[in-house]
Amino acid sequence: MLFFFIGLAFGVISGMGIGGGAILIPALIFFGGISQHSAQGVNLAAFFPTAIFAICLHIKNGYIRYKIAFYMFLAGITGAYLGARAAASVSTEVLRRLFGVFLLIMGIYEFIRSSRNNR
Amino acid sequence: MRNMKKTRPWLKISISGIIAGLCNGLFGSGGGTIVVPAMVHLVRMKEHDAHATALAVILPLTVVSSFVYYRSGFFEWDVIWKVAAGGALGGCIGAWILNRISTYWLRKVFGFFMIIAAIRMII
Repeated sequence: MLFFFIGLAFGVISGMGIGGGAILIPALIFFGGISQHSAQGVNLAAFFPTAIFAICLHIKNGYIRYKIAFYMFLAGITGAYLGARAAASVSTEVLRRLFGVFLLIMGIYEFIRSSRNNR
Repeated sequence: MRNMKKTRPWLKISISGIIAGLCNGLFGSGGGTIVVPAMVHLVRMKEHDAHATALAVILPLTVVSSFVYYRSGFFEWDVIWKVAAGGALGGCIGAWILNRISTYWLRKVFGFFMIIAAIRMII
């Protein structure tokens, strides 16, 4: 039941367009007590249902620029594979620290952006 | 469009794509934070189109990353389905609230929490 409520809280927040994985992964580690690798796996897997639903809506409304999406995907596929293999090859402590640095940058960015947009 | 020809964004788009892919694979998240600003600033895409197009990039990248995670045994299914079920319900609630309140302070609060969590994870 704990994981359902973590998911619920995450869903509410990301439904409002804030955070996403940057919120879910730390919550799963601090409250759920699972490993860094598993938390990242949950975030990847939990992305599918909402993303597929959203993409169907965007396709219908014609918002997607396919040419740019295709080029970016071609470039990204190597990065995704190498990144995932790198994650698989390091210990959960090392990955947690790396993620911490990434999260710090994201947190500062979120802070600055919210001030600039003034919404 | 004029700007697009002048700055030749294809190299920059490729670099952004590689970085987004690396984040997606290494951290299991964060692709959107790179792809959306890249599209808005490099090809002057409208915010709404950028979000939609970013999703079309990140979804297949997530397939690649997930494949590696799954093969490495990082998929804990009993956790995944509970979080996904909660997330789907929460997403509907969040979208409903979004149209009713300002997210300005909420963004600030979560930015603050992200920084605290980050420091705890690094130390």
